[in-house]
Parts: sequence; structure tokens; C-alpha cells
Amino acid sequence: MTSPKQALAHPASSVEAAPGSQPGAARGADGRGTPPEGKGPWRSRLYRWDMKASPYVFIAPFFITFGAFSLVPLLYTAWYSLHNVQLSSLDTQTWAGLDNYKNLLSSDFFWNALKNTFTIGVISTVPQLMAAIGLAHLLNYKLRGSTVWRVVMLTPYATSVAAATLVFTLLYSWDGGMVNWLLDFVGIDPINWRESDWGSQFAVSSIVIWRWTGYNALIYLAAMQAIPADLYESAAIDGANRWQQFRHVTVPQLRPTILFTVVVSTIGATQLFGEPLLFGGVSGSKGGSEHQYQTLGLYMYDQGWIIGNLGKASAIAWSMFLILLIIAAINLLVTRRLRKSQ
Amino acid sequence: MTTSELTLPQAGKEGRRSRRVMGAGKQLHAGPATYLVLAVFALVSLAPLVWTAIAASRTDRRLAETPPPLWFGGNLFKNMQTAWDEAGLGTAMVNSVVVAGAITVSTVLFSTLAGFAFAKLQFRFSGFLLLLTIGTMMIPPQLAVVPLYLWMADLGWSNQLQTVILPTLVTAFGTFFMRQYLVQALPTELIEAARVDGASSIRVVWHVVFPAARPAMAVLGLLTFVFAWNDFLWPIIALNQQNPTVQVALNSLGTGYVPDQAVIMAGALLGTLPLLIAFLLFGKQIVGGIMQGAIKG
Repeated sequence: MTSPKQALAHPASSVEAAPGSQPGAARGADGRGTPPEGKGPWRSRLYRWDMKASPYVFIAPFFITFGAFSLVPLLYTAWYSLHNVQLSSLDTQTWAGLDNYKNLLSSDFFWNALKNTFTIGVISTVPQLMAAIGLAHLLNYKLRGSTVWRVVMLTPYATSVAAATLVFTLLYSWDGGMVNWLLDFVGIDPINWRESDWGSQFAVSSIVIWRWTGYNALIYLAAMQAIPADLYESAAIDGANRWQQFRHVTVPQLRPTILFTVVVSTIGATQLFGEPLLFGGVSGSKGGSEHQYQTLGLYMYDQGWIIGNLGKASAIAWSMFLILLIIAAINLLVTRRLRKSQ
Repeated sequence: MTTSELTLPQAGKEGRRSRRVMGAGKQLHAGPATYLVLAVFALVSLAPLVWTAIAASRTDRRLAETPPPLWFGGNLFKNMQTAWDEAGLGTAMVNSVVVAGAITVSTVLFSTLAGFAFAKLQFRFSGFLLLLTIGTMMIPPQLAVVPLYLWMADLGWSNQLQTVILPTLVTAFGTFFMRQYLVQALPTELIEAARVDGASSIRVVWHVVFPAARPAMAVLGLLTFVFAWNDFLWPIIALNQQNPTVQVALNSLGTGYVPDQAVIMAGALLGTLPLLIAFLLFGKQIVGGIMQGAIKG
């Protein structure tokens, strides 16, 4: 609207600025490589506006998406967790106060799911990260065909969750399963991987370990390659053997990366869902016949969409969030301690 | 295990050291023991996939026998055909390609723009907003599914693909990944030069940022595609059996009451094939991208 006036007042810029009554169009016209200085103030004002606004325009899609599909839903989930919301009658939502949370705290299944999430998290994350560090150490040697090795180690990551889990389910089957057949060779009695407590949890963890070890190894490898060689040289001069070098140079230098992978794996373990769901087959959302490997993620899905209590599912989701926040706080404390002690 | 795994370590001081002093030049040669251990790891990595193909080429009855088959049979294509029909893999494949494709294009585009802003542009609260972006990676997707499900039902979007696409239009991981890359890969002088020539922001993005970001965009695209293809929680809630993605279809195959294991394996193989092909073609770039993403500070 103002542009014709501006154009009249500053004839020099009129020809190009006049069609730019809309910001978008003006910006298009702006982009012809003419310097903004020395042209009319409309031009330079537009240019300055572009400079100021464009960073916000560029980050807007992320914050809009995050706001609409994470932040607002997160608050609504808290709201629903205080209500009685049934899948069968979505329109009637009655106030329930803290009932959903009280129900959870007095439910054995909730504590069972919490315990399983913790156990499966530990037995999948700890061996996974330790194997990844060892693997990265080996990949860090000068190797023939180093890229091929790296790609092979990353193949499990490129396997779909469903495919990987279905295969492992068959490998772990009671009769005719590959794993029990191999155990038989070394004289171990077959293990009931689907029904036993620790057997099924180990089986689910092994799927996670299989899919993510190579990925974490590459992250460690990248960090290892950034360790300056002179640290190893001076360690060697001091008489450190390879193991001592690994122990006293590599591991301390990797500390930030290790902490980071621990955090990321912890978040992943808290959300574990696809592997136990598929491993259970028909009783998937229950986490096995006796809830042996029902994780919090499964428990929420089961309560919300199989049983149909969305209010309770919301309360489970918020409990998961609170647990994550506690873990994050502990992690922050540990990191601070480690930094201070350095 | 979803997006949040794909995060970059906060490379501390290591990242800023020049390549000259990195360990790479002084690496020790691997001995036979190293190759042996690596070969075992490689076997463990590949064996389940190879065995999927073996099992998919057999009959259900043969799979229940001991010892399990260790070599291929002749039923591969028959089983694949059955799996394809039973699980509706045709629709599922198209759906997964549409969903993963749309998510990939939009995530790469918007992450590059946001990453560029955080890497090279000055604006108020940029440091705080970047920290906020990284912080959002801590929020589990479970926290959003109940309201999203209710809203999508209200909109009449249940079982529609846009339900799955919309929440992942751009990710915090992608934004941070592109930011980390562009901080070093895009010389600030280049942007300044374009600015002096009077280039608008759109022109700068198109002619300077996109060309500089292309390698990272390719890697982010592949990582995003893998993630979107494998996503499970939200698709299984948002979509039904009539309009599934591949993961949802495979789940229905696995929960059939009279399961034919050979057919299930054929389905599993088909469901992961597109990823494996992409991986065979671009594995080197993905590996390079993860490695690079991990050290850039």
C-alpha cells in the first residue's frame, strides 16, 4: 500500500520497487544482484527487514511443528491424565483428579513394566555400548577395506524393526529354533525364550543390541579418530602397553562421547516399544503370557488402545516423562562431578 | 528406538583440532587377531539377514524341524507372493514410500533452513532457541500420541497418511545436524559477499547455502528415510490394517493366529528390502555422514 508513495518520493527506485507491494514479490525482485545501498529507502528498508525477519522465518517451521505436535499435545496429555477418557466414548470426558495416577501406583502391572523397562534397558544398553567401544577400537586400526567393514557393521541399523524382530523371534523359538539348536551343540539344555522371565528379556535385548551396536561403534570411532596422536606417543614413551593406552588415553578422551551415547541409549531404552510388541506375537501388547517383557511403552499402548482407557494411557505417558527427567537430572549431576574431578 | 537415537555427541574440544594432529596418520596396522574378531562381528551382523532369506525360501514345516535349514530352498517367490497378498504389502509399500518420502523431503528442507539460521545468522535469543531445540529431543513421542489421536479422529483423519506425516515435518535432530555441518562447511565470507551484492535471504539460501549443504542434506535424507520407514508407535496407533505402512503390515503378519513362519520371513525380507537396497547403494555415504556428524563441533 505504501509503496507507490515511496516510489513517487524516490523516483530512483520506482521502477523496481513499485511491483513490490507484497513482501514476497518484493523479495523476489530484490534478488537481482543490485546493491541495496544507494537505492531508495524503501529498498533498503525491505532489505533490512529481510535481514531481520529471515532467521525467524527459517526456524519457524521447526517451532511450529514442535509446538503443534509435541508441546501442546504434551500439555493436553497432562490434562487427559486427570480425566476419564475411554476409547469407546471419546466425547464424554469426566474429571478424575489423580485417580489415574493412584491406579497406576497401586497396579502391579505398572511396577512390573517399570522394572522390565529398567532391566531390559540395562541389559541392552551396557553390553551394547561396551561392544561398540571395543569394535570401534578395532575399526580404528589401519584395515584393508575399512569402508566395507564399517558398512557391514552398520547393516543391522538399516534393517527394519519389524523384520529384525520377526527373524529373532523365529531364531529364539522353542523347537527347531536356531539358538536352541546351537546351544544343544555345546550341551546346554534348550531355553524357553518366549516364556521364561530372564530368557525373554535377554531375547528382546539381543535384538536391540544387534541393531544398534554398529551405529554406536561408528560414533565412537569418529571420536577416537579425533584423539591427537601425540597423546599415544607420550603414553608409549612412558611405557604404557596397548591395553594401558586404551584404558588411560582412549577411554578418558572419549568421555564426553560415552556420556552422550549413554543418555541417548537411555532415552531409547525408556521408549522401547516395537521389539517387545512384535516379539510377543499375538500377546504382543501384554509383553508375553505373564507380562514378562511388557515395557512402559507397551503398557501404555495396551491400556490406551487395546483396553481403551486413554486417560490412564496419558498418566503412563506422563510418568515416563517424569522418570526421564529424573534420569536427566542424575546424568547432569554425574557429568558435573566428572568435570570437577578432571 | 526411534529418532532420538540419531543424535550427535557434543564433540568438545576434539572437534576443533585440525585434521593434521588426528590419530588417523599414526594408526597401527591391524593384526590377524583383529581381522578374526571383526569377521565374527561381521558374521553376527549379516547372519540374521542371510538366514531370513534362507527361511523365506523354505516351507513352514521345514522351519519347525531340527536342525534348522542352513541353505536355500525353492519356495522364495511363492512365499513372497503369499506374504505380499496376505499382509497387503502392495498398499503398505506405497504408503511407506509416500510417508517416508514426504517426511524426508520436508525434514531435509526445513532442517537446512533452520540449521543455516542457527549456524550463520544473528538474531535475538538464537543461543537459547538452539538449546531449546536440542532439549526437545528429550521428550518421548509417547507424550503426544493420546491428544494427537483424539484430534486426528476429530478431523476425520484417522487412517489417513497425513496423520503420520504431519508430526514429523521437521526434527530437532535434523536442525542440529545441519547446524553442526554448516558452522564449518559454509564460509561466512561467502554469505557476506552475497549480501554485499544485495542478495536477498532467499537468494542466499538458494545459491550459497543449498550448494554448500548438499552432502549433509544427502546424509540427513538417508537417515531420515530409515527412521521414517522404521517408525512404529505412531503409525500403529494412527493407521489401521486397511491402510498400513510396512511396519504395521508386518506386525499384522506376525500376529496372525495360524502363522506360516516361512511366509512371515518372506514378508520380513520384503519389508526391509528397500532399506537394504538404499544401504547397498549409499552405505558409504551414510557411514561417512555418521562419522562426520559425530566429530564436527
